[in-house]
Parts: sequence; structure tokens; C-alpha cells
Amino acid sequence: MTRNGRDALVRVAAPFAVAVIVLAAWQVLVTVNDVPAYLVPSPLVVAQTLFVDRALLVQSLGVTLGIALTALALATLLGVASALLFVQSRWLEVSLFPYAILLQVTPIVSIAPLIIIWVRDTRLALVLCAVVVAIFPIISNTTLGLRSVDRGLSDLFRLARATRWQTLWRLRVPSALPYFFGGLRIASGLSLIGAVVAEFVAGTGGQGAGLAYQILLAGIQLNIPRLFAALVLIALAGVALFAATVGLSRLALSRWHESALDAES
Amino acid sequence: MAQDGASDAVTAPVIVALRGVAKTYDTGTQALDRVDLDIQGGAFLTLLGPSGCGKSTLLHLVAGLARPSAGEITWWDGAFGATGGKGRRIGFVFQSPTLMPWASVAANVRLPLDLAGVARGDADAAVARALARVGLAQSSGHLPRQLSGGMQMRASIARALVTEPDLLLMDEPFGALDEFTRQRLDTELLDLWYAQRFTVVFVTHSIQEAVFLSTRVAVMGAHPGRILDTWDIAEPYPRDESFRLSPRFAAIAQQLSRCVAKASAGALPDSAASRTKARRRLR
Repeated sequence: MTRNGRDALVRVAAPFAVAVIVLAAWQVLVTVNDVPAYLVPSPLVVAQTLFVDRALLVQSLGVTLGIALTALALATLLGVASALLFVQSRWLEVSLFPYAILLQVTPIVSIAPLIIIWVRDTRLALVLCAVVVAIFPIISNTTLGLRSVDRGLSDLFRLARATRWQTLWRLRVPSALPYFFGGLRIASGLSLIGAVVAEFVAGTGGQGAGLAYQILLAGIQLNIPRLFAALVLIALAGVALFAATVGLSRLALSRWHESALDAES
Repeated sequence: MAQDGASDAVTAPVIVALRGVAKTYDTGTQALDRVDLDIQGGAFLTLLGPSGCGKSTLLHLVAGLARPSAGEITWWDGAFGATGGKGRRIGFVFQSPTLMPWASVAANVRLPLDLAGVARGDADAAVARALARVGLAQSSGHLPRQLSGGMQMRASIARALVTEPDLLLMDEPFGALDEFTRQRLDTELLDLWYAQRFTVVFVTHSIQEAVFLSTRVAVMGAHPGRILDTWDIAEPYPRDESFRLSPRFAAIAQQLSRCVAKASAGALPDSAASRTKARRRLR
């Protein structure tokens, strides 16, 4: 087996082994001490609940993931557009960037009720809340990236009398890609957090109920195994989102950027 | 070596002329003070001096990448604000290879042509010629990171040559390379220059490199940066390894090094320490 193959195996096997040990210890502790399921359900009970309530939970997962992904897409679109505007005019950046920061530092829990009151469509309101949370790393990272252009290359473009447009597409945008993907990676997690928090505040039930609502409801009903099951799904969704952005970043940068290269090459 | 030698260099037309050029940065640092310099067509002019003497600043001024605070620069009998205009092209080679890491070697070399809107077919032909000239024909599809430092520098030179420039400006291009690679690239550069006869302004702090390459050496001093002396090196071309090993080479290098030492000692008249250091180097 090559060193790379062994590395990849270790990278999967080691966290997996940790999970097995922790789950086994949890199972043993709960069983031996006879802890009731409404306090701490054992892993087996949680797995069982996941299976029994699968229709309900998977539907809710779909709702929450849908909100998070829509928000991530919107945040990417708006964030990149803002960053492109900012680097075109120092003036624009100076006047608008503080508001991007303001948006970032105001806790979403305090804005969410307002957004939910103002926007009639609940789904749209939830998406907007998640966008507010997720957009900042994309704006700030992409702006930084568009500005972090090699000095010599920038001189070279000036020497060749490149237009502003040529400099943007041929130099600034490629230089910014690694920074953008760093921002996207952070934003992917934030979009899920934003969606869950907004759902908590909105408390939407019925057909459009997301995982956060299931957790809320299960807590009230003391259905702790279902609460855990929903929690597991949210965590898995977050990991999946993160992995997807890492994969995307590798796909885009693998040919040339340090962050995506193997240590050996 | 003779101050009055190289008669063909004297009669060659002046393509870039600097008159009383000074550069003070916004920070208040005076990088250059009243520089007068004629760059003659077909010359291999080297700016030689210690770090901080304004060599790079002078090169950026000649490229038109910076504007002088005082004085005047004329290019090809005219002053144009931006560089390379009116069909005259300037190539620039930086201290580091300065390649786009995301683009292949061929795409990097094609960049100046792409920016100028040259048709793809013509551009590709010119890129192939330029890569062949620097011995990189085999590596056109590689990414910069797959090349060694010397090969990256060759790619950078190919990019500067691809537009067939009238004037090639080189800012300590081989400074970061090891001695062997540096000497090989010096020889290759000289062969290219000898075959094509474009004009080169070359910046270095290596006396050996200056002697080996140049038709003329301008010795610069620091605080503030200025040209202290100009030497013509009337040795015949093509120059090769045998010239580097000849007693003539050693004699010229010694003379030049004495001049540089005198210059740097004179440049800091208030510093006794630097004067004794300079004298010691002469023995």
C-alpha cells in the first residue's frame, strides 16, 4: 500500500475508532447504571428511534437542509458580489464595510424575530436569517483575496496596459479563490446554525417543520430519544456540508494551491 | 577595459534618456537623487551597487511603473506617460519568477500577448518560439510549482521576451539562485542578447556578474541613491566560460571592485567604520 493510501485509511479509521469506543462506553454506562431513556437514552435506543421515526425526521432534515443550502447559495452570490464591488472602489468599501461588520456582530437571535415579523413567507424569513449569519466570512475573505495580489504580477499587468476588467478576471479572481473557499467552508457551518436558530425562534410546525422544531417539540414532550436522533441528524448534516465545501475547494484548487496539495509533492 | 573604449556603443542611438531624475517616496525616503543616464540601443547596461542604492527604483522609473518626483525621462525620443506605447515594447523580469501559480508555463508566457489581444494562433507560435529559446519547450504544459527555481526563472525570461521587446529590464533576476545555476543562466542570457541584440538594463549587486555580462556598468551609491561612476567594458562578445576564467576578467573585476569600494566609502564620509571595512576589502 502506498503512503498516501495508508494516510487516507488512517484519516478515516482513527475518528471512526474513537466513535466506536465512545458509543460503546456510553452504551455500557447507561445499561450498567440503569439510566432511564428520558434522561440519557443509550446509543442503541437513539438508533432505534432514528429508524422508527425515519419518515418524520428525514422530512424535517430535508426542510432544514433546504433552508441552509438556499441560504449558503444566496450568501455566496451576495457576498462575492459585494466583495467585487468593494475592490472596484475604495470609497464603496469604506462606506459599506462597517455595516457588514454590524450585521456580523449583532446576534441573529435578536434580529430573527424582526425578520420573521416583516417577511410574511416563513421559509423566506428563515432563509434570510441564515444568510445574515453566513454572509460575513464570504464577504471579508473574498475581499481580502481580491486584494492579495502578487505585487510583481500586478506590475506586470500594468506594464502590459491591462484593462481593469482583464486585471480582475485574469489576476484578482484566481488569486482570491483560495481565500474564497476558506470563507465558504466557514459559511457552510454558519448557514446550518443560522437555519436552526431561526427555526427555533419561528417555531414553525406542521408540514414545514425542520429539525430544530422537532428538537423543540421532543423536549417539551420529554421524548428525549427523538431529541437525540434529531441532534444526530443536524450534526451529520453539518459534517456533510463541510465535507462538500472541502471537496469543492480541492476540486477547484488541487492543480496549483498549497492548501490542496499532498505534503509530498 | 577603458573608460573611453567601445566606439560602437558611443555612436549607438540613445533610446531612453534620464535627466536630473529624482525619486522621493510618500514616506519621505529619498530613493534617488539627480540621476543622469543614457541608455543606448543594443547596450547591455548593468546597474551595480549595494542594496538600498535605488537600483530597483531606477529600473521601475525606466519601465514607467513609477513616476519621477523631479527630472525627466524620455523614451525613444518622446515622453509617454505609460510604458511600451507607440509600438515600443518593454519586457520586465522581476527578482522572483512572478508566475501565475494557477496557469501552465505556456499560459504564463502567453500572458502579455493575451493582454494585448494577439490572436490565439499567432500567440501560440510566439510562445513556442520563446520557450524554445530558453530551453523550456518540454515544460510548456507544466505548472510553475513543478519546475525548479532556475526553470521558473527561464519561464519568466521567456514571458519577457515573447513580445520581442526593444528594451528588457531585469531586476536582480538570478539573485535567489545558486551560484552554478546563476552562471549558467548568465551565459544563456548573454547568448540570447548577442543573437537578438535587444537592449538590456540589468540590476545586480554581484561584481562578477556585472563584468561578465555588460557593455557598460553604472556604479551606484546609497543615501541618497545616485550614479557615482560609469565604466565601459570593451571586451569582445561572445563571452563564455573562458572569459570568466581569464586574467583580464579578474583584472577588470578588481578595478571595478576598487571603484565600488571607493564609492561606498565616499558615500558615507561620516562613517569611519565603513571606510576601514572598504579598505580591508581592497588588500
